Amino acid sequence: MREIYARSEVTTTADDEVRLVAALRLGDERAFTEIVDRYGIAMYRVARAHVGNDEAAGDVLQEAWLAALRSIQTFEGRSTLRTWLIGIAVNIARSRRRREARNSAFSVLLSALAERRTSPTVDPSRFQGRTGDDPGAWRLPPAAWSDLPEAQLLGKEVLGEVKTAIEALPEAQRVVIQMRDVEGFATDEVARILGISAANVRVRLHRARALVRARLEAYLGGVPR
Amino acid sequence: MKRLVCREMVELMTEYLEGTLNADARERFETHLRGCDGCTEYLAQLRAQIAMSRRLSEDALDPVYRDRLLAAFRDWRK
Repeated sequence: MREIYARSEVTTTADDEVRLVAALRLGDERAFTEIVDRYGIAMYRVARAHVGNDEAAGDVLQEAWLAALRSIQTFEGRSTLRTWLIGIAVNIARSRRRREARNSAFSVLLSALAERRTSPTVDPSRFQGRTGDDPGAWRLPPAAWSDLPEAQLLGKEVLGEVKTAIEALPEAQRVVIQMRDVEGFATDEVARILGISAANVRVRLHRARALVRARLEAYLGGVPR
Repeated sequence: MKRLVCREMVELMTEYLEGTLNADARERFETHLRGCDGCTEYLAQLRAQIAMSRRLSEDALDPVYRDRLLAAFRDWRK
């Protein structure tokens, strides 16, 4: 866990970005590869969260970089380079989704319904009903993950399960949890990039996290009975 | 002050973690948490899950995509 923490602590200094952007404007290949190596994978993953498959995400990545190169002369540094690049990838992924959506009005409808749902995020049968001796309290509380073998909780397999769980979410939620929890963007940044309110980001994030947790709970040994 | 029940607690977890509960709600949330193992565990699981999610950002870009981007860059520079 230590190196992850260290990673998220590393922040690109503004000076460093100014230098990279200036070099890129001059056509410096080393600056280009450095920026791609820093932010290319995040652009790809966020695009993937929008479009839902590897091939389309690769196309979005390519298109996003072409757009970035076309407009790098006008990049003013009002946002960080990372936010700017992710924003371009998001816009391109979205216009691609809109083109596809014309052929699939049904999926848009499903997505809108998923968005509007305000049902509980935890199975109501996990709590005591009105007739219980403590209505609304846990009937089947979550089993402690700290009792699990460390290898199971910190292993590669469980990460694969988290990834699968995120990929299975409705697009609106998937995009938000990807940007907030995986890429580590602040909620306000996610809101700005997606053009939605911070409150909406939190609502989507809440549903997404609860669904991923439920799946993880099932994977890690199931619901106590 | 109305006591929060576990069923309500789980729906406030994200607002709590995001620090967007108002002072009164935060107080009630933390009071419940201190006396409830189930909700304490639920919150701990969400925190663990968020840490796991963050580790999904440790992979690198597929070299095929990287090469394609580099080719596009060289074209653009011409």
